Amino acid sequence: MENFLQQLLNGITWGGIYALIALGYTMVYGVLKLINFAHGDVYMVGAMTGYYLAHAAGFAAHPSLYGLAVTLLVSMAVCGALGATIERVAYRPLRLRGAGRLAPLITAIGVSLLLENTGQLVFGADPKFFPALVESRELVSLGGISLSNVQAVVLATALALMAGLEFVVMRTRFGRAIRAVSFDAPAAALMGVPVDRVILGTFVLGSALAAAAGILVGLSNPKIDPLMGIMPGIKAFVAAVLGGIGNIPGAMAGGLLLGVIETLVAGYLSSTYRDAIAFVVLIAILLLRPTGLFGAPQTEKV
Amino acid sequence: MHGRRPFAAGASRRGAAAGACLALGLALLALACGREERGAAGSAQAPRPIKIGHFASLTGDTATFGQSTDRGIRMAVEEINARGGVLGRPLEVISEDDRSITEEARTAAQKLIQRDQVVALLGEVASSRSLAAAPEAQRARVPMISPASTNPKVTEVGDFIFRTCFIDPFQGAVMARFAYEQLDVKRVAILFDFKQDYSVGLAEFFRKKFVELGGEIVADERYTSGDIEFRAQLTTIRAANPEAIFVPGYYTEVGLIAKQARELGLSVPLLGGDGWDSARTLEIGGKAVEGYYFSNHYAADSDNPKVKDFVRRYEEKHHEVPDAMAALGYDAAGILADALARAGDVSGDKLRDAIAATRDYDGVTGKITIDEQRNARKDAVVLKIQDGKFRFFRQIPAS
Amino acid sequence: MRERALLLLALGLLVAADVLLPRVLNPYYLTILSRIGVAVLAAVSLQLVNGFTGQFSIGHAGFMAVGAYVSAAVSVHAGAAWLAAWADALPAWALRACYFPVPLLAGGAAAALAGLAVGIPALRLRGDYLAIATLGFGEIIRIAILNVDAVGGARGLSLSAPAHPGLDLRYEGLGAMYGVVALSVAVISRLVYSTGGLAFRAVREDETAAESVGIATTRVKVEAFVVSSFFAGVAGALFAHSEGYIHTNSFSFLRSFEIVVFVVLGGLGSITGAILAAALLTAAPELLRGLGEWRMILYSVLLIATMLLRPQGLFGQREFVPGWLRSRREAPRAAARG
Repeated sequence: MENFLQQLLNGITWGGIYALIALGYTMVYGVLKLINFAHGDVYMVGAMTGYYLAHAAGFAAHPSLYGLAVTLLVSMAVCGALGATIERVAYRPLRLRGAGRLAPLITAIGVSLLLENTGQLVFGADPKFFPALVESRELVSLGGISLSNVQAVVLATALALMAGLEFVVMRTRFGRAIRAVSFDAPAAALMGVPVDRVILGTFVLGSALAAAAGILVGLSNPKIDPLMGIMPGIKAFVAAVLGGIGNIPGAMAGGLLLGVIETLVAGYLSSTYRDAIAFVVLIAILLLRPTGLFGAPQTEKV
Repeated sequence: MHGRRPFAAGASRRGAAAGACLALGLALLALACGREERGAAGSAQAPRPIKIGHFASLTGDTATFGQSTDRGIRMAVEEINARGGVLGRPLEVISEDDRSITEEARTAAQKLIQRDQVVALLGEVASSRSLAAAPEAQRARVPMISPASTNPKVTEVGDFIFRTCFIDPFQGAVMARFAYEQLDVKRVAILFDFKQDYSVGLAEFFRKKFVELGGEIVADERYTSGDIEFRAQLTTIRAANPEAIFVPGYYTEVGLIAKQARELGLSVPLLGGDGWDSARTLEIGGKAVEGYYFSNHYAADSDNPKVKDFVRRYEEKHHEVPDAMAALGYDAAGILADALARAGDVSGDKLRDAIAATRDYDGVTGKITIDEQRNARKDAVVLKIQDGKFRFFRQIPAS
Repeated sequence: MRERALLLLALGLLVAADVLLPRVLNPYYLTILSRIGVAVLAAVSLQLVNGFTGQFSIGHAGFMAVGAYVSAAVSVHAGAAWLAAWADALPAWALRACYFPVPLLAGGAAAALAGLAVGIPALRLRGDYLAIATLGFGEIIRIAILNVDAVGGARGLSLSAPAHPGLDLRYEGLGAMYGVVALSVAVISRLVYSTGGLAFRAVREDETAAESVGIATTRVKVEAFVVSSFFAGVAGALFAHSEGYIHTNSFSFLRSFEIVVFVVLGGLGSITGAILAAALLTAAPELLRGLGEWRMILYSVLLIATMLLRPQGLFGQREFVPGWLRSRREAPRAAARG
């Protein structure tokens, strides 16, 4: 039993990271109906930014929570800017031209490849090892269930950020604007909502969360490399679909759920299916309930 | 897809013209590049160098393997050339990076054979990558010497494939014995890399020997190289209550596994094989790998004068302690040069026979004799990680 | 009459290519040419689904993988024995020429079955959802193959039979490969530009309208998918037999993306566009090797720029057929389309 609970804990912590990335996918899909394939690579840029910052600012040599906080915030800001830039340069021109759904998808693939290859050029193709901003050790052991201090930080940060996003989306004017544009963009525009700015803001928020995920992963699984965003990007996307793409609580739930499923499969079945299970979940959801666990069924107007 | 503007009739012709220009441009570029390559080769006046190919993981997840081996090889070749080379000609090493990717090893070997026309290949460290490249070498009848691949299947590919290190049936037994007899552990869990032939093979040989000695394998978990999250498997292992964990993988994953094991409260020792041999293990694992043991080809802190001399020369040149890959690369290059001299000729068949006839070559990693299976019978050492360094712990003679 | 003469000329060229090219060209260039052949077939087969039927599929590499692995398994486990048994009866070249279609058809058939299995559930979805589903299926196929130890698993599969060590199961003849590619392109072309083929484009233009005029859209979509998968399988089989070694890493979704790029850059709905884009984009990175890391960056920038500046790709929905190649029958129709 304690084995199962430990696996559950591992899964939820791991799922928190998927949730943070999935939120970016789901928010962008909500306002743009676009699958931003480049999102996983923003997560990678976040991790890399944190790496270089931590070394440059001396946090790597003197680990501290303060160093972690600064790294986290700066990284989030940098990636927020990156997300905004991508939106402005690659997606907005197509949107203004009314280019349909296919062209931005292809462009997204192009941006993803660009980020990955530029990453390889700038960061080098070898894996890097994120500095231990927190000296990892077992924090508490309750009835055979261990929680390491790193896991505690990851969980706390992820939950705090998710709560923060929920607050922004449900309690602020900007959040209301996002919900309006997700619901019906033309109507929102008619009501005076600055749709372009809302979209930009959505990208900034989503990218910042992805950057946070990158830093947290750097803490708990210190190996980072320019292609690290590919798999987590796809899995986070699956998580978003699982929860209902376009649905924000759905993305959070989907992320946590996928993390748990993956960990349980790796622990009880075999870790060779760890990657495959995400795709099986994807197919299952698409065939059984395409709108996801929390999504509303969509009607198609003829 | 609805409502697209139909474009003018001229559009496709313009597109075609653009395409044709692009094609023409690329063709001219290709021609130009081709001409450059051919031109460069024809201007030698000094004795033509003997070209040796080295395909290795110079970048990627196991980058230190390739980089160390390359340094070892080049140091040997420099020394040999300083003494006049082989057969009156200098040796030239052409290195090709496979980026730690299995099928890239095959492409790299192909390039060296076809494009660079090397007389022999040195490589690879990782058994999976040697296995990918060996059929190419065998088919082209170009001798290939792997300096460090320990999976027995590598030399089974054909009679042109050799290795100058021990093989895993021996290495697995070494660690099994060490665990059972030296460390007195009877219950061991295994966590191996199911994507690498090396790890799969070594785990299998360890398992067999350990059970034969009377021990028990309490958990058998696996991961894939490239994974970064092992807590699920480690949790399962923890539940089985082992006295030690055998992790016959490569250093990047080993470092991460060690950290996560500690975080989960696992305080039992981890044991491993020569895949651990890299400065990165210490970097990544940090304090987490203190007190662990692994089997290896040589110990840099050995008292053997030949080793001490090699370590000193290497440190002077590269400002770091040579690991086993560097030493093995050094020896493999030396053996190749020695075989070339004995063959008197660079032809594939003669060279192959000369390599096969290597007896008691006095190398840094021991006295090397190539046996009938084209493997080398050598001693192993067990190293302990102490105070952030690899320290010699025990010597195990070849069986 | 003119058609027959052209056909004979083409056949002669292919045989000559098979015999002469290995003697004339460096093996490195031969490899590039064979990779172009595979890329062209992969692109044209995908064009059928993405370009002509308007279904966004991004799992094509999965079907190529099925074709590659099944054909390789057939050659290694059955073909080798067969070739060895008949080694004395016929000269080597004749033997291999007779044998060659077998693994290709086996690979294609297996891939077509996979296409059926994937298509029936997946084609119920629309747009983005279909894209993701095909991506998912492509990856599931790849991971499934990776876990089958009998075809090499993580080590990859080498086209060599341990029981017959000297036997080379590869087929490096470029003439034969390009013959297969040309034949396949012709078949797909005929299919699409026939009267029945109008159904594909009808589904692309407006599925609901097509349904309402009596076109069985689901059946049409599945048909396109299965035919496309068949030829993807053939492309995979060609790849396996020219490389002599396959590994699932060559069939990841990155490869699927690559093929989608060929189709989009060439123009969604243009067979000749797909051919040209596939050839150029496969040859260019090899020839521009001197640029090192920059070539991939250039490649991605090219993709983005194309979508921003010329989203219809090279040829859009038109085919590029020079006037002298058109038969007299086609010319008036082409002129009318103008």
